[in-house]
Amino acid sequence: MELGGLLTYGVFFLTQAGIYAVLALGLNVQYGLTGQINIGVAGFFAVGAYTSAILTTATSSAHLGGFDLPFLVGIAGAMAASAIVAVGIGWVTMRLRSDYLAIATIGIAEIIRLAFKNEEWLTNGVRGIPGIPRPFVETLGADPLISLGVVLGFILLGYWMVERARRSPWGRVLRAIRENEDGVMAAGKNVARFRLQAFVFGSSLMGMAGGLYAHFLGFISPEAFMPLYGTFLVWVMLIAGGAGNNRGAVLGAFAIWMLWSATDSLTRELGAEYATQAGALRVLLIGVLLQVILIARPQGILPEHGRRKGSR
Amino acid sequence: MATDLLQLAIYGVVSGSILTLGAIGVSLIYGILRFAHFAHGDLMAVGAYFAFSLVAGLGFPLWASAPFAVAGTALVAVAIDQTVYRRLRRVSPIILLISSFGIAIALRSVVQLIWGPHNQVYASGIQLPWRVGDIVIKPDHVWIVLGAIVLVTALHLFLTRTKMGKAMRAMSDNMDLALVSGIPSERVIVVTWAVGGGMAAVAGIFLGMDTRLHPVMGWSLLLPVFAAAILGGIGRPYGAIAGGMVIGLAMEMSTVVIDPTYKPAVAFALMVLMLIVRPQGLFKGNP
Amino acid sequence: MTLLAIEGLTGGYGGADILHGVDLRVEPGEMVVIIGPNGAGKSTLMKAAFGLVKIREGAVLFERRDITALRPDQIVRQGISYVPQEQNVFPSMTVEENLEMGAFIRNDDIRPQMDRIYTFFPRLAERRDQVAGSMSGGERQMLAMGRALMLEPKLLLLDEPTAGLSPIFIDQTFERIRKINEAGIGILMVEQNAKQALAVCDRGYVLTMGRNRVDDTGPNLLANKDVAEMFLGG
Repeated sequence: MELGGLLTYGVFFLTQAGIYAVLALGLNVQYGLTGQINIGVAGFFAVGAYTSAILTTATSSAHLGGFDLPFLVGIAGAMAASAIVAVGIGWVTMRLRSDYLAIATIGIAEIIRLAFKNEEWLTNGVRGIPGIPRPFVETLGADPLISLGVVLGFILLGYWMVERARRSPWGRVLRAIRENEDGVMAAGKNVARFRLQAFVFGSSLMGMAGGLYAHFLGFISPEAFMPLYGTFLVWVMLIAGGAGNNRGAVLGAFAIWMLWSATDSLTRELGAEYATQAGALRVLLIGVLLQVILIARPQGILPEHGRRKGSR
Repeated sequence: MATDLLQLAIYGVVSGSILTLGAIGVSLIYGILRFAHFAHGDLMAVGAYFAFSLVAGLGFPLWASAPFAVAGTALVAVAIDQTVYRRLRRVSPIILLISSFGIAIALRSVVQLIWGPHNQVYASGIQLPWRVGDIVIKPDHVWIVLGAIVLVTALHLFLTRTKMGKAMRAMSDNMDLALVSGIPSERVIVVTWAVGGGMAAVAGIFLGMDTRLHPVMGWSLLLPVFAAAILGGIGRPYGAIAGGMVIGLAMEMSTVVIDPTYKPAVAFALMVLMLIVRPQGLFKGNP
Repeated sequence: MTLLAIEGLTGGYGGADILHGVDLRVEPGEMVVIIGPNGAGKSTLMKAAFGLVKIREGAVLFERRDITALRPDQIVRQGISYVPQEQNVFPSMTVEENLEMGAFIRNDDIRPQMDRIYTFFPRLAERRDQVAGSMSGGERQMLAMGRALMLEPKLLLLDEPTAGLSPIFIDQTFERIRKINEAGIGILMVEQNAKQALAVCDRGYVLTMGRNRVDDTGPNLLANKDVAEMFLGG
């Protein structure tokens, strides 16, 4: 590969990894800080992507809208839409054990996937939504570096928000809930409300990542999400990087995305006739990697601050 | 209209039978190990494909390959427990759940690696259905329902008549007391995985008979299976029977009014309703 | 030969130590009671004999065999049974199944022992097919003891067997424990009803803050002024 191609690939790689980093930060609010299990990450991601796409594309007869609104409005809408879905699902499950939330998020992600696939008036079904404008394309042009810059900017924004939340009294209550729910309840705090807030906050970050993804690719369709593998990768990223540690979440996203991309180029060597097997093999490797991390280094690369080794 | 509804009810009982077998395993495992086993759907797929190998590869009839598939899947379940879950049991149920999510993905990849990503069927061609008035009954459907009844009865006898079965109930009832009574917990856990895995294999084979084999077949059924288990009161295998039937019937009957694509949404809605109204399930579970 | 000997035991549940160098012994056929204020480590001491406590220093000997490092399921096989204070039955199982689970590790015919327990607790015989969760607190306590006796242990550990029972049941329970003891089974129990417990026991240990305070025969402890002031309500 010549230098120009390598650079283009590098920018593409970093942008995608960056979007995963935002997802990992969102999951870190839910799992890392609060101990909630969300297996429907891809669902909130898709809601964000479609919301921003519908808000920002030119008017089309193929789907709802578009409303031709600016990029930042699209992202804000993406966060709001994911947050609304999160309030709905959270309201039902916040008082229950974390397993119920996990099952409910599987359900909601599945329903979102089905709806986006079948409700053509809303999303144009399997044909997807094309022509999603790149971020700030009118003022800054279509250079991929701009997209990368925008994504990195949003990582910083997300990191700043989550890190501030983590250090705040609110974040301390979340950790206390995770460690000793009864104690927090005895202290007179409304545990369910804190949990709901964290769940909605995390989900809105996932919506933000979805919006970024839509603008970065310019086209979205129900199949473009790898619904389950997407969720799974984010989980591996967070666990590998270090649940509860925001820098760990970002680091994990880049590290695992690098690994994932590397296995992709490896399997490409095998040739087209083994493409599906190669794909399965990649997923299998990541699946095994997760087990190895959980058993050998459950605290991740960068352990949570103030947590003793292996205490999780 | 009445015949249509009756016809749908028959489909509902068939899919309810399949869900029941899956939900019983989920409930047993939850009762004893206290975690939601997210790889259960993919364990079902593994069972279905084991049987497929014997049918397509060695020319076995399906009924003769079932026992081997059950044994093979039970073995896989026990092996996963011994290599992975056993090491995580002392950490926390949440970590087990995340681990099982990874196992689910890994199992599906293995299925895809070995058997490919495409649809498969046990037997090609169309079965001649029986007609009772305007009602159509496929022989496969009869076998599925009968098979589920036999298995559920066998499980009932196992849980109430054998020492090991009673020990499983005891551990699910009161883990600490089981330990101080000298019940060998590790042995009971292994048997639990074998029973849960075996039932999952049968559910997978039945699902393959009813529809087709596909690497995602198990994961797609995970939501309704858990809905059934929760409806019946998770940790209560007997509740899973009622839960499975309710979910199966509701999913099929709902196609009268809504698009069949949204069948999983019906299971989801019932589950959510149950979580709001009566989180402990129809029969008191372990919430 | 001393049945149970706890020597210089220090330990707890993983955090700070609860017990600090405690000694205790039970002779064959003896009934021994541990009393003391809340938080003195009474239950912890008894659980230590059953492998349920992290022991940092000291030893637990059963018939002179060192059982300090054994797990509960291994200790059961040595001939010690343990009745926890709460949640001491399998609630969704019948009385008969509960007894059966008590004898899980036995491979011989358990029928004769079960009949003996039904004779000893006629109430359990009446309710043999009833689900344990639906029984009264007193009946559950009987079942819990019955379950523990299914192994025909040499030593029975009872954690506050009269807690939460009405006065009539308390008397009955002490009476039953005495009878079990008369059959030659060594008993070590923790009790809040110190006066009654000391009245029926052979010897008692008074524990405060995880340390031995006094130990003596039951009557002597009852007569001891300090003990009386501390625990017996003057």
